[in-house]
Amino acid sequence: MSGADLQALRTTLALAALTTLILLLVGTPLAWWLARTRARAALLLEAVVALPLVLPPTVLGFYMLVALGPKGPVGGLLQSLGLPHLAFSFAGLVVASTLYSLPFMVQPLRDAFAAVGRQMTESAATLRAGPWDRFFSVVVPMSRRGFLTAITLCFAHTVGEFGVVLMVGGNIPGETRVLSIAIYDHAEAMNHASAHLLAGSLLVASFLLLLGVYAMNRRHPVVQA
Amino acid sequence: MSIAARFHLDWPGFSLNVDLRVPGTGVTALFGPSGSGKTTLLRCVAGLERAPGGFLALGEDIWQDQAHFVPTHRRALGYVFQDAALFPHLSVQGNLEFGLRRIAAGDRRVSLDEAIDLLGIRPLLGRRPDKLSGGERQRVAIARALAVSPRLLLLDEPLAALDLARKREILPYLQQLHETLRIPVLYVTHSPDEVARFADHLVVMEQGRVLASGAVAELMSRLDLPGSQADDAGVVLEATVAGRDAEWHLLRAAVPGGSLWVQDNGLAVGRRLRLRVLARDVSLALTRADDVSFLNLLPGTVTAIAACGHPAARLAQIDVGGTLLLARLTARSVHALDLKPGKPVWAQIKSVAVLE
Repeated sequence: MSGADLQALRTTLALAALTTLILLLVGTPLAWWLARTRARAALLLEAVVALPLVLPPTVLGFYMLVALGPKGPVGGLLQSLGLPHLAFSFAGLVVASTLYSLPFMVQPLRDAFAAVGRQMTESAATLRAGPWDRFFSVVVPMSRRGFLTAITLCFAHTVGEFGVVLMVGGNIPGETRVLSIAIYDHAEAMNHASAHLLAGSLLVASFLLLLGVYAMNRRHPVVQA
Repeated sequence: MSIAARFHLDWPGFSLNVDLRVPGTGVTALFGPSGSGKTTLLRCVAGLERAPGGFLALGEDIWQDQAHFVPTHRRALGYVFQDAALFPHLSVQGNLEFGLRRIAAGDRRVSLDEAIDLLGIRPLLGRRPDKLSGGERQRVAIARALAVSPRLLLLDEPLAALDLARKREILPYLQQLHETLRIPVLYVTHSPDEVARFADHLVVMEQGRVLASGAVAELMSRLDLPGSQADDAGVVLEATVAGRDAEWHLLRAAVPGGSLWVQDNGLAVGRRLRLRVLARDVSLALTRADDVSFLNLLPGTVTAIAACGHPAARLAQIDVGGTLLLARLTARSVHALDLKPGKPVWAQIKSVAVLE
């Protein structure tokens, strides 16, 4: 594997890891709220969260580019604060990926939280556990399967993204050039050996990842009810 | 000490209107048909349901008033849900320790060992909740609630989800709880039999309101409460073992105004026991009949007669020297014997159940 490809691999892994971490922090409370609320606003939010599932990545990427660029609301605001705008930067990629993979974190978690049931948290409350305590000592362990699924899906989905990256990040080596784009470049340049190497490694790695997840799920069966 | 509760809730299709004061000792049964609001009342007491403007005090401790609402996890209570609600990701031991670990060492009045032995669950400690039977789950849930040394124990129909065999498995433990622990209990049930067995105080509910609240013996002998219409209506008597007929395996149980022969269950003379006499097991005669098989014949006076479901049926209340009995009769017999309040009669009791 060439140095440039290794660099693309590093960028990809860093992007996927960071995106998953951010989504874990943002998506968990969001999913919890969606699982428990009776507010009408939840409907709107659920639809927004699910948008990346149906939207062509280029559409999302395009709007993100506009928003994060020097003339966009986010990029413009950053520039007026003396900070760089986010178009064609790694930070911009992270923001875009976070939005793009949001449903992959929120939906499995929301379903897992809903399956825990109100009675479990009530039961914990009668046993002296406060709200945070209830969440971390009852809801999280009972939702372990949901967390595993959400993390795996988010990570894998981010590794595989192409359209959004191309729109928002472009193809800057060491900054925004990720594996999927490197593969595309190799294929475009008729460099099939390198494309095979990257594509094949990705295929094997993804398969091993899923295998590991399923094995873990089987070894620690968690009752979902 | 007493427990004072005042709650008003208005939900679509249901409202709760309760202003209640019950003793802070013994078992208080919240009794009524489903939909009468007894579980909702229990949830309000636990703080699981928020009734704005409500009031709840346990002795001097105010858990809810206009200004304060102590959240459930800060209330010194134990709660047993109808279907146990054990944590599936923890072993039985882990479930028992969950609450115990969250209370201060100084507040531990019930030890874990005590709770385990009281409910007889030591052999189950290493198991997962999904490997337990319904009865075992419920026993673990009760022990788990006891292990937080509650100042008030709330039981929401702990036997309702169980079949008869599993019920029989738990009954002795609940009875023992009643005798050993000095924790006041609010016990939600729709079973007159459970009321007769465990309760000292009875709160009768219907459509979100309290119809009556008082001592079990007193309320179960009343004619005007919905429970008296049930097929298994009957009175509860607190008695003392006064003697023993060893030859025929009978105990003489003294009640105010007389005594009743019951099956000998081995209790020593002087011990207290609780008896249940069903209305359908009592018949009335105008003269003492000695040539009948009834062991228990008591002289008394009719105090009231009420309708009882079917037009052919009547329910009579008889005062037997200070003890009240109920008798299920036909309207025709009432007419034929000219039964009316004040009429002296002999109560013939076919069977007496010994509850403890």
